Amino acid sequence: MAALRRLAPYLRPARGKFILSAVAVLGSMVCGLTIPLILQQILDGPVARKETGPLPWLVLVIAVLGAAEALMFYLRRKLVAGPSTLVEARMRADIYAHLQRLPISFHDRWQSGQLLSRAVSDLSTLRRFIAFAGIFLVVNTLTLALGLVVLFLLAPVLGVITLVCAAPLILISTQYESRYAVLTRRSQDQVGDLATVVEESVLGIRVLKAFGRGPHLARRFAAQARELRGTELRKIRLLATLWGAIILLPELGISAQLLFGSLGVADGSMTVGTLVAGITVATYLRWPTDSIGWLLAETNQAATAAARYWEVRDAEVTITDPERPADLPADGVGAVRFEGVRFAHPGADREVLSGVDLDLRPGETVALVGATGSGKSTLTMLVPRLADVTAGRVSVDGVDVRDLRLADLRSVVAMAFEEPVLFSASVRENVALGAPGVTDEQVREALRVAQAEEFVDRLPWGLDTRIGEEGLSLSGGQRQRLALARAVVGRPKVLVLDDPLSALDVHTEAEVERALRAVLSGVTALVVAHRPSTVRLADRVALLDQGRIAAIGTHEELLKSCAAYREQLSTVDDEPAGVAS
Amino acid sequence: MSAVADDQWRGVAAEDTEDIDRHVGLKLKRRSRALLGSLLRPHLRWAVLGLVLVVLENAARLAGPLLIAVVIDTGIPDLLRGDPTVMAWCVVAYAGCTVASAGLWAGFLMLSGRIGQDLVLDLRQRIFQHAQRLPLSFHESYTSGKVISRQTSDIDSLGDLLEVGIDDLLTSVLSIVGITVLLLTLDFDLAALTVVTALPLFFVTRWFLRRSNQAYRGVSGRTATVIVHYVETMNGMRAVQAFRREDRNRSIMDGLNSRVRSAARESLDVVATFTMSVRLVGNLSLAVVLAFGAFRVADGTLELGVLTAFTLYLRRFYEPLDDIAMFANSYSSAIAALEKISGLLQEKPDVPEPSRPRALPPHRGGLPIEFVGTEFRYRPDTPVVLPELDLAIPAGQTVALVGPTGAGKSTIAKLVARFYDPTAGKVLLSGVDVRDVSDVELRGSVVMVTQENFLFSGSVADNILLGKPSATRAEVEAAAHAVGAHDFISALPEGYDTDVRKRGGRLSAGQRQVIAFARAFLADPAVLVLDEATSSLDLPTERVVQRALESVLADRTALIIAHRLSTVLIADRVLVITDGRITEDGHPQTLTTTPGHFADLHTAWRDSLA
Repeated sequence: MAALRRLAPYLRPARGKFILSAVAVLGSMVCGLTIPLILQQILDGPVARKETGPLPWLVLVIAVLGAAEALMFYLRRKLVAGPSTLVEARMRADIYAHLQRLPISFHDRWQSGQLLSRAVSDLSTLRRFIAFAGIFLVVNTLTLALGLVVLFLLAPVLGVITLVCAAPLILISTQYESRYAVLTRRSQDQVGDLATVVEESVLGIRVLKAFGRGPHLARRFAAQARELRGTELRKIRLLATLWGAIILLPELGISAQLLFGSLGVADGSMTVGTLVAGITVATYLRWPTDSIGWLLAETNQAATAAARYWEVRDAEVTITDPERPADLPADGVGAVRFEGVRFAHPGADREVLSGVDLDLRPGETVALVGATGSGKSTLTMLVPRLADVTAGRVSVDGVDVRDLRLADLRSVVAMAFEEPVLFSASVRENVALGAPGVTDEQVREALRVAQAEEFVDRLPWGLDTRIGEEGLSLSGGQRQRLALARAVVGRPKVLVLDDPLSALDVHTEAEVERALRAVLSGVTALVVAHRPSTVRLADRVALLDQGRIAAIGTHEELLKSCAAYREQLSTVDDEPAGVAS
Repeated sequence: MSAVADDQWRGVAAEDTEDIDRHVGLKLKRRSRALLGSLLRPHLRWAVLGLVLVVLENAARLAGPLLIAVVIDTGIPDLLRGDPTVMAWCVVAYAGCTVASAGLWAGFLMLSGRIGQDLVLDLRQRIFQHAQRLPLSFHESYTSGKVISRQTSDIDSLGDLLEVGIDDLLTSVLSIVGITVLLLTLDFDLAALTVVTALPLFFVTRWFLRRSNQAYRGVSGRTATVIVHYVETMNGMRAVQAFRREDRNRSIMDGLNSRVRSAARESLDVVATFTMSVRLVGNLSLAVVLAFGAFRVADGTLELGVLTAFTLYLRRFYEPLDDIAMFANSYSSAIAALEKISGLLQEKPDVPEPSRPRALPPHRGGLPIEFVGTEFRYRPDTPVVLPELDLAIPAGQTVALVGPTGAGKSTIAKLVARFYDPTAGKVLLSGVDVRDVSDVELRGSVVMVTQENFLFSGSVADNILLGKPSATRAEVEAAAHAVGAHDFISALPEGYDTDVRKRGGRLSAGQRQVIAFARAFLADPAVLVLDEATSSLDLPTERVVQRALESVLADRTALIIAHRLSTVLIADRVLVITDGRITEDGHPQTLTTTPGHFADLHTAWRDSLA
């Protein structure tokens, strides 16, 4: 419930409309109750007495009340349509914004299917709750209380009977509420897991087809879907039991009223009119009583959905702007220094990096070489603060990166990743991503550097061609060249390249390397390398081993002096012929 | 949005258009209803039982007011005379009806819930399996976000219909039918008047169904765009943060979000207008019936009791209409979802299973592959990628395909693995057309490893086991050993049982690739196709994989596409492909010394090593 209370800031601006909507519900209930009463008066009075004179007026009253009721119906929905959809849209925008600020370590831990279900299905559950269940919960509770008061005024016996039957109902509902919440939570998680399997089955379709493992995954999917069905059936059984109680108790109450009422009439302590009125009111209270179970179920689902929503919203943004940000020196040259850098994944007891000291002189290109899993990618992520060190420090031009504004740091440091990421946008927007102010000429220059201008010009709409998930699909090499162009556009001071050449063929790689050499001459660069050809772009090479820099020097020096380096950088064919140098 | 022409409604073609022409709309509806029917058919008997339960429950419930009337009219007067029999019996009967009603309703809920859940399960599996069977060309054009919406939000709206809708609909229809019959027997003229005044409802309902269907198509289509953008952002988070795309992304999201919002608002408005109209017509028709009836009572042509009954029942007559509208509402959202789902299910797998599969001969030492006049183009309106290829590869040969990007190397590989079927000519495995081989046998015999090293959530061992699910742990470890993956896997916190996290996020691209290799080695196929499979390995790993390849390739046929000449040099034969044609063909040593494309490449590569 606390999770629901936290929605207040979103609801507050439209508070007036929600209240008016509740008033409209009450108004429609009053009209609904008045119409049959007046009808009864008309039938028992003028019609029974066959006086046609006042009839037109009375019929008019009925018609007006009827029109008013219809209007209330309209208003109650119309009033909340705007605010409830706005709350949904705002909450979705906020969780999205929060997710964009959360560190990469968070995103590595969470399946995107799970994140998606929080932003789509959980929020639509909340919208439904805000627009319907929430309002009715308030109105129906009010009606129930009011009805009980009326009953007690009519005849205390009838009131007591109704109360005696309503009390266990509320008790049962509460019991049910907690059990249903557990099941709802489980079912929502299972829905999320199922979405993950669906996602993988689509994204991994090539692998599945290559091995003919579609049926294998389909079995896993079927098993999970069946589990979900099991949970849903348990929910239904629980719900059915509750419904049984909801029907049984108030109706037993009416039978008791009938019994005690008749006896009361027999001994003269009650009139037939009171009994009829009592039963009428009790019958009228059925929907408010009935609905409490359903409304509580909706409230539960909403509370669960809200809890799941807040779970993500509460995840801590660990990489933030400093309180008192420092500025980079205006004459900064892009010197990058790692001092005693240690890094361990959150919760892991083994360090990936255990004391890295590395100095990148301004304008220098350093290649980072190391065995698979030696922490090269992690080291690169520390520079633009996609991850923070657990100890030690990384500095740019003498300023600790953690003392800089993220926007400042990331505009000085550009990156290209092992796997190129392109967005559903034009080529221009994909390249100009980190430097929104750049001109078309600068974009073209970057494309030329990345040897991508030629193929971009051949695209149907050139720079305006839409690519990415919903656009044209490009080859791996083309994607990687665009990602490289993005890294060099606007000439950043520091360039961090996480082996961006791996997906390129020999020719393209050679071309990109030639161009990169020109670009790298002006900037400080850290390049993860697996190939001798990439290493040769660098002024110096650092060998990362056991979480430390094991050796540093030029390619030639290390080949001569370091056996571990030779192990990393010689190929099959070099072995019989010896290392060519 | 333009209207969809008549021939373009098949499959998923009509999905993104909000405004479709009436004729096509009817076909889409028919297709969805057919799907719904086929889902319901197996549960027909239980559904009938459910109907019986509802009828009985309604009877038990409607008996209540009658019993109260008997108590007041007969029971209490009798009691006043000292005879409690009628009153006692009525109270007992009332309690009995209550118990019956509660029990029947609970029973009905469980039954209908079970049917609904079985139906959803059935549909989930159908879509999942169908999506798996659809060809790669389909998956390349239909985004993953859409396939995900089909299986999540669209299924959910169907679930809502079954869960909330059916029971309401049944009770509503029952009471409307019952009341209509009652009214007609009470007084024909007055009943006829009721029907006439209710006539506007017919038009209102028709308007509502059309508009709400449109509105729901709008909501679900626009929600899908939000999902696509959201998933793209989450999957590309590194680049988003490194390049400060957060603000731009937010403004895109705001735009998409407000489009969803306006569609959702519109659909709520449609409901608001509809419920208001139903109530208005109902109340006004009550006033008309009252006026008309009152004058007839005054004339003496109508009993007062009949008019009383009419006014009481009239109210109950219109009340369920709301429920029916709500049902129509979830129905139209479910139909919009079903339209899309049935469209997906209608897409034909272009790589169909043979109706009478032929078995491949036993294959120790690989299978021979033959291309006979093989031609391929992606779509009829795109250029030919592969013009008439004739090529014979004897069993056990290792063939390297070399050539510039886009020359058709991958296409050749994909045709062997039957990711696509040739547009003309054929591909033979040991003399058998690959189209005549059952999928199970083909996938057991031909395995393709690409540079796209997708890992599934689960442990490292699970991912290797994908190659051969029946393998033992020892076999898995042996396969990992063979490709040099054992050491790094053992160094992971839980060794082979370590969870690889979302898409293998815990591992580097090289590690994922080695695992993909281990997977292929474990599968032990007769034909191995490697499409750029070594491109992301580091050198020590590549060395180990190369050595493993030499022994593994010895007794099977292999096609290797590689940019690294070191990989190419282990082949028995090199084919240089240019524009879909074979321009050089020979042993690598021979080609190195003959002037040509391959010799140039070889020189360039030797230079780059220095």
